[in-house]
Amino acid sequence: MTATEDAAAESVDELAPTLQVEHLEVTHRVRGNDRRALRDVTFQIGRQESYGLVGESGSGKSTVALALTRYLPSNGRVSGGRITINGRDPLAMNTAQLRDLRARTVSMVYQEPGRALNPSIRVGRQVAEVYETAGLDRATALDKSEAILRTVQISDPGRVMRQYPHQISGGMAQRVVIAMALASEPSLLILDEPTTALDATVEAEVLDLVAALRTDFATSVLFISHNLAVIAKMCDRVGVLYAGELLEEGPAQEIFDQPRHPYTVGLLRCIPRRGQRKDHGRLDTIPGFLPTPGHTLPGCVFAPRCPIAEQRCHEAPPPAFPVSPVRSSRCYLFAATSDLPRNTPVDVTLPSSRDGAEPVVSMQGLSKTFTAHGEAVQALADVSLRLQRGETLGLVGESGSGKTTLARVLLGLIAPDRGSVVELDGTALPAEAGARPREQLKALQIVFQNPDSALNRRHTVRRLISRPLSRLGGLSGARLRERLADLVRSVRLEERHLPLRPGQLSGGLKQRVAIARAFGGGPRIVVCDEPTSALDVSVQAAILNLLADMQAKEQVTYLFISHDLGVVRYLSDRIAVLYLGRLMEVGPAETVFAGPHHPYTEALLSAVPSIDGQRGERIRLAGEIPSAANPPGGCVFHTRCPRRLSTGECESTEPPLAEAEPGHFMRCHIPIEQLHVLQGNDSRT
Amino acid sequence: MATYILKRLGLALITLWLLSVIVFVACQVLPGDPGRAILGPLAAQSAVQSLDHQLGVDRPLVTQYTSWVSGLLHGDMGTSTQFRAPVEPYIQAALVNSLKLAALAFVIVVPLGIVGGVIAALNYGRAADRVISVAGLSATTVPEFVSGIVVIIIFGVALKVLPVSASAGAGASAPSQFEHLILPAIPLVLVLFGYIARMARAGTIEALNSDYARTATLKGLKRTVVIRRHILRNSLLPTITVIATQTGYLIGGLVIVETLFNYQGIGNLIFKAAESKDFPMLAAGVLTIGIVYMLATLIADVLYTVLNPRLRLGGAE
Amino acid sequence: MTDLVTEPAAEVAVAQAHGELPSWRLLLRRPTFIAGVAILVFWVVCAVFGHAIAPQDPLAQQLLATNKPPSGAHWFGTDQLGRDVFSRVIVGARTILVISFFATLLGTVVGTALGLMMGYLGGVVDIVTGRLVEAVLALPLLVVAFLFVVAIGPSPLTIIIVIGFVFAPLIARTVRAAVLVERQQDYLASARLLGEGSAHIMFVEVLPNVLPAVLVEFTVRLGYAIFTVASLSFLGFGVQPPTPDWGADFSANYGVLPAGYWWMTLFPALAIASLVIAINLVTDSIEQVLAS
Repeated sequence: MTATEDAAAESVDELAPTLQVEHLEVTHRVRGNDRRALRDVTFQIGRQESYGLVGESGSGKSTVALALTRYLPSNGRVSGGRITINGRDPLAMNTAQLRDLRARTVSMVYQEPGRALNPSIRVGRQVAEVYETAGLDRATALDKSEAILRTVQISDPGRVMRQYPHQISGGMAQRVVIAMALASEPSLLILDEPTTALDATVEAEVLDLVAALRTDFATSVLFISHNLAVIAKMCDRVGVLYAGELLEEGPAQEIFDQPRHPYTVGLLRCIPRRGQRKDHGRLDTIPGFLPTPGHTLPGCVFAPRCPIAEQRCHEAPPPAFPVSPVRSSRCYLFAATSDLPRNTPVDVTLPSSRDGAEPVVSMQGLSKTFTAHGEAVQALADVSLRLQRGETLGLVGESGSGKTTLARVLLGLIAPDRGSVVELDGTALPAEAGARPREQLKALQIVFQNPDSALNRRHTVRRLISRPLSRLGGLSGARLRERLADLVRSVRLEERHLPLRPGQLSGGLKQRVAIARAFGGGPRIVVCDEPTSALDVSVQAAILNLLADMQAKEQVTYLFISHDLGVVRYLSDRIAVLYLGRLMEVGPAETVFAGPHHPYTEALLSAVPSIDGQRGERIRLAGEIPSAANPPGGCVFHTRCPRRLSTGECESTEPPLAEAEPGHFMRCHIPIEQLHVLQGNDSRT
Repeated sequence: MATYILKRLGLALITLWLLSVIVFVACQVLPGDPGRAILGPLAAQSAVQSLDHQLGVDRPLVTQYTSWVSGLLHGDMGTSTQFRAPVEPYIQAALVNSLKLAALAFVIVVPLGIVGGVIAALNYGRAADRVISVAGLSATTVPEFVSGIVVIIIFGVALKVLPVSASAGAGASAPSQFEHLILPAIPLVLVLFGYIARMARAGTIEALNSDYARTATLKGLKRTVVIRRHILRNSLLPTITVIATQTGYLIGGLVIVETLFNYQGIGNLIFKAAESKDFPMLAAGVLTIGIVYMLATLIADVLYTVLNPRLRLGGAE
Repeated sequence: MTDLVTEPAAEVAVAQAHGELPSWRLLLRRPTFIAGVAILVFWVVCAVFGHAIAPQDPLAQQLLATNKPPSGAHWFGTDQLGRDVFSRVIVGARTILVISFFATLLGTVVGTALGLMMGYLGGVVDIVTGRLVEAVLALPLLVVAFLFVVAIGPSPLTIIIVIGFVFAPLIARTVRAAVLVERQQDYLASARLLGEGSAHIMFVEVLPNVLPAVLVEFTVRLGYAIFTVASLSFLGFGVQPPTPDWGADFSANYGVLPAGYWWMTLFPALAIASLVIAINLVTDSIEQVLAS
């Protein structure tokens, strides 16, 4: 596709915006009723501009993307407004023109890259298909495919092209999908949560790639995500969607620095930033709930939850007021948003963990090997860890790190390899939960990641919370009812929730039920396995604060597992970093985050995007996370370590987990003083 | 992949062994004394006993079982008490006849079912889908003798376009044989159509809703290309396994259809053997159809493994 | 004493938005469902009140009025023994419905228990039972059914038990698959952490979640049960004469079909077909509504 062919086929006005959306309205028909998914959405994307669409669940952000390419589900339709792409209206096109639009003008990249590729066709053929649609013959198409795979930094494109999708990793698959999207040299590239399913370090690579390609291919980008930090990093302009309406719109950095809508203000206060801790600089929450889809309100869609809502806000939906020539906000009171009152206090007093106390849980030499396809996969290799009474230990790692396996071994859901010891108060625990006496079961409980899976959807809330009270707490009758009421209050649920089933509750409420259940038996240690990863941002903050409050009230120890470093930092007293089943670093939270720290931790911190912007240099990790079935020799991180020693020590010998400073352990051959110099850290906080 | 096939073969052999035990035990439960059944109620007890001894039915069960199995492995299926003749020729002839009928039914129903299922899926929720789905489901559960009789009445008696009897007579030409087999094949086709169409439909719907179908469509490919190149090869894979398991239902159907049309196939043979309490014939017949079914599923499993890249090539590198 | 601050009261967010219709209302809107249920109800009424509704005694032989075609006196004509076919069809609904229903019920109960155990307990139990199930399934249902009926004798109870036990492995397979899906859910792990025993987990935690699959299986198997019962009757292994039975009547009278006597076989055949189709319409509607 040369420039002359392009120009001949479609006369593009270089100054006009690539995309123009005006008063877009989309409706779905569900179970006999109309539900409005989008109302009066107006925005535009200029040439080579990157526009971010941010929103939580039910905001309708994915619906915008589907409407643009006319790929709405069969029960959906555009019920109002106009779309213009490169001067043409996709809604008025016939089938052939629409195909042409999809083939040459607009490309999409979706969330789960592995599933976006046909499992029965080789990768190369799928990429070549894009070129063949443009009219090239098979041989040329394959050549160009190889070239574009190289452009997306796939080092051996020939080999990858001959493989099937299930044989390549997630990061590689996403690069292939991006290559396919850019092969047609589209004017508009739409990315819908493209990195949500990827690990932090891989995500960083893919985002950097997209940013670089955007300039090379001169494409406009529509970036859709719930992650404000990613949007802040990637986009020039941003639009904030809530319940199908575009509440605020403008240059990204301005909006994040000085939001002019109560929702945006609230949203930004829900995200843990550097310096915020569970007792100091607390996350604020947005009261109320995300509105149920299809439930239309007469006034401003955010009014029921807005702290400064006035009468007129409830009566008529506000128009988009121009805050500046390049910004707009759908709020009557946009000028007052700079001092929006908080919903919760900014500082609270929480009891700190007693230092020097006896460890309540001690794990020594934990190993776990799985057999898959005849291969031995070592999920955990000789991990030793202690939990102090009353502390929160944050466990951090990417996929394959073994953090979930560790939690399950601790709880007795998986039996570890022989030689592993788990002790509670100095007494060894049986490997299987079924073999543990009630006292031990009582002491260790868990809050799972996905409340849909963790709560039996056929049981009522009352039964779900009461069961541990009777089974583990040994309560019954009036005393059970009393404790039930107390628990319900503690997690901010109400009596009327008790007869409901999980399917009738929102994500945040379900997780509260899960938390109440975990605390029901009176545990001493609660494992939190990614408890907020499946929740919306605004709900996440409330749950995190609830967890902190419950810990203080019930005096428990937390093992807090997450891939989200910001969240871990907010809650944890100490941090442990896992990589490929080995403990890389353990130490007090602030020390580990501030540095000097392990090179892997350094890379991880550098990879995670933050709203506050990038500090220091981006550390790039080469390659993918190695397979756990075949871990590298010596230090398992050496294949990707940017600070690998030239002496060869890192390849040959595995470093021991040594105490580099009091209370701070690291598994690295580089002495901590040298790391201090190399990392040049002072205020990495 | 080779290990998988070997493992599968091993499991199949175990199942086969279990099957032989079940068949043997079931046949032993049949009441009646073969010697008595042959000689009749008026014969002397001593004569009956001597015949029983000749037939070997008075030996302990385990001995009878082992001698039966070793006989089978040498190709000796025993002697029929109905016909006082070796069993194999009957089984062989009946098997050939049944295979002809089954083959005809398959050749018609497999393409018909797949096309029906795919069309239903492409028109999901609309009239074509509802009609094909409900019709298919209904056809499946209407007993073969019911559809058989309707078909006989319409085409054989009222319209008189097709012969009612299934046998063309000894030494008949291939076209003539074919003509006679059409009517009996129809009930079989009707029953199998539903299963195959349903599987093809489900597979196609899943493929249509998949992420890779979305990718293909959003690449700007024509709908026919998306269906042909991306959807079909993924949706039809599970259908292969179903086609093999249909052999089971097909054989059951053969019993009914062959009885209705008085066709000398293996279903009819088994039925007559059960009626006459002809244990050797019955056991051999049932075991034979068991083997045929297991062969069919084995072939289907292997075919599925070969065609599915995920199973053929193993996991990510 | 820690200083906790309470958040404002939370609002309930009920998933069922205003105006959304519950499942059974949606079912009633479907013409296929109505048609299926109507036919089913008709036959059930015949099964229960058959003798009261039938215009004539189904067992009364009128030897002077044999083989009469349909007329005003005999809507469906008479059979070879002069019995009124219409009455026999009405009353014949009973045997087939009763046997099919109880056979399916037996199969479902046994199959569900088996499937739960195979799916949840896994291990050796699963492997061994799996092999046995496969061996049984290698033989067509019909053949196994009539083998045992021949051996034990064709009484309604025998047929119920035989069909029930042959269905059990099929249903067990479906239930097992549903249980395997549930096993990946975390609520089972939570139950284990409460110290719940296997029996409790299978029947109190897992079973309620696989019940929808069981219900669909029941409805589908009911259709196949009718199919099998009718086929057994046709082969002569079903209900014995002179009890009116659709399959048996068909079997007794199809020999004279070439002579042109079509009514005594066609009407029982159509009765079977209508019942089977009715069940399929109902099953299909339920599946459609559950899928929406």
